Amino acid sequence: MDPVIELDGLEVRFGQRVILNRLKAALTGRSIGLLGPNGAGKSTLINTLLGFHKPAAGTARIFGRDIRTHAREVRSLVGYMPENDAFIAAMSGVRFVRLMAELAGLPRAHALERAHEAFFYVGLGEVRYRALGTYSLGMKQAAKLAQAIAHGPKLLFLDEPTNGLDPPARVRMIQLIQEIRDRGDLHLLLSSHLLRDVEECCDEVLILKDGKVAAFCNLEEERRANRRFLEIETRGETNGLFLEAVEKLGCETAPGAQGRVKLIMPDGLEIRRLYQVAAEQNVQIRRLSHKRDSLEDIFLKAMEVATADGRL
Amino acid sequence: MAVYKKTYRPYEGGLTSRWTRFLTIPRYAFEDLHRSRFLTTFFIASFIYPLICALIIYVQHNVSALGLVGVQGANRLISINVTFFMSLLGWQSMLALFLAAFIGPGQVSPDLANNALSLYLARPFSRLEYVLGKLSVLVILMSLMTWVPGLLLFSLQGYLEGWSWMGDNARLASGIFFGAWIWIVVLALLALALSAWVKWKPVAGALMFGVFFVAAGFGAAVNGVERTKWGHLFNISSLIGNIWLRLFEGDAHTTNGAVFFRVAQGEELPPWCCWTVLAVLCLVCLYMLARKIRGVEVVR
Repeated sequence: MDPVIELDGLEVRFGQRVILNRLKAALTGRSIGLLGPNGAGKSTLINTLLGFHKPAAGTARIFGRDIRTHAREVRSLVGYMPENDAFIAAMSGVRFVRLMAELAGLPRAHALERAHEAFFYVGLGEVRYRALGTYSLGMKQAAKLAQAIAHGPKLLFLDEPTNGLDPPARVRMIQLIQEIRDRGDLHLLLSSHLLRDVEECCDEVLILKDGKVAAFCNLEEERRANRRFLEIETRGETNGLFLEAVEKLGCETAPGAQGRVKLIMPDGLEIRRLYQVAAEQNVQIRRLSHKRDSLEDIFLKAMEVATADGRL
Repeated sequence: MAVYKKTYRPYEGGLTSRWTRFLTIPRYAFEDLHRSRFLTTFFIASFIYPLICALIIYVQHNVSALGLVGVQGANRLISINVTFFMSLLGWQSMLALFLAAFIGPGQVSPDLANNALSLYLARPFSRLEYVLGKLSVLVILMSLMTWVPGLLLFSLQGYLEGWSWMGDNARLASGIFFGAWIWIVVLALLALALSAWVKWKPVAGALMFGVFFVAAGFGAAVNGVERTKWGHLFNISSLIGNIWLRLFEGDAHTTNGAVFFRVAQGEELPPWCCWTVLAVLCLVCLYMLARKIRGVEVVR
């Protein structure tokens, strides 16, 4: 699959300070998470991809277009929702989004139509004629999303989209992002320091630390692999026989204290068979959980160890 | 698609030409200006003087019209000559300064105040196009106030006086056109640079006047104390006046410049000095704009 974003030894410096240190990665996912602690270089990476910072070395490509030589073309493919407030206070919401769509190249009539659509889509239809300066924080975030999608980009940069949102507004924002992702018309690059946001919206994650790639993993594959790891809690007299029977099914087992057992399931074996075997051995399975290597685990590991190519 | 469907869809229609996209900015700016009753009234009122000039030109060539109101020989009172056109340009240029002071500060500062610039520049829209778009707001309005009526009046005079007059006085037309453009470029760049650096609009507007009048006062003080003429280098209107004199009359000038842009007799500055100072001023303004017009501000 052709990479959506290809980082090819990308280095960015502010004066003598190295902000992005020779990043190398090929991101192919539909929805890419950009994780890292504050100051890791997430926003700088997005700003560099947008052409706001000039790379000191290396380059990056978006849909095969070099950001150094085809910056304008790259920007025509991208929608950008910045981290901080970004609006013209005295302008009405719909007029602002229309202006932004026109600057992206849409003819007047189309820009107006799509500005209205985008505002209804993000749930601000009723306030679209109000000045942006009077919007609440959540409304401003939604307006930023509206201007980012109004011109129909192929790739959407979302920089901390849930910043400052209260829980219901955050849920609504995540739902919107998931809806956009699931339609399949565009790719997402979601930058956040909130693991939950990335976990809920992304299928691939690039973790940055101190301007370097600390980890790069496919969350979908991780999730699939994690489905084979189980932890169960049993009650019953014949626990040993149960373990033997489970091993005969091809599982690897590791018994723990108080009837807890860790299992690695072979491919093709369904969980239902475990319950059947337990019933045959007169053992109760009181609790069963997938031993998930959560994004948090991945993130924490990445913060501790950064391998040469970033793969965990 | 109807808005009630509330879904996202990609855009597959055509795009506007990249070369004319910067004109989106003046279109929106004019819509905003049109909402201001004060600015609309001021802009319309700025055409009173050219209309009076048109009337004078008409009356000059219609002695019978003067006879109707019982005035004989009044056509000899006002001559349509270099002074006439320089005065027109002087008045209109001064009004252009007021217009630039009123609308200039509101051009860039609202975009900077809440970081909207990053959204402009995240599109296929460059910093140069942004500056051109903002400049064109001022350039179009000030052109309509200065050289456009100037050339229309020149054409009217040429039409009524005869084509040979036009040929003989072609220098006036070029003086109006290029003289106004120099003033417009200086004003527009200065207004944008101040708008980019001073976020409070009234202060930016006051600074516009300050650059012209306070600097001119300082220059006059230097001249008085040092008994020199080089203090005029601080006086932008004097520099412009020097250049206008050359544009309208060449080296053998018969007047001392336009109203508000007078050059005191014997205190003319060498043209290269005037050009250099204005060029430096424009470069400083461009540098100030280049520093501020960025997608993101970098803290090193």
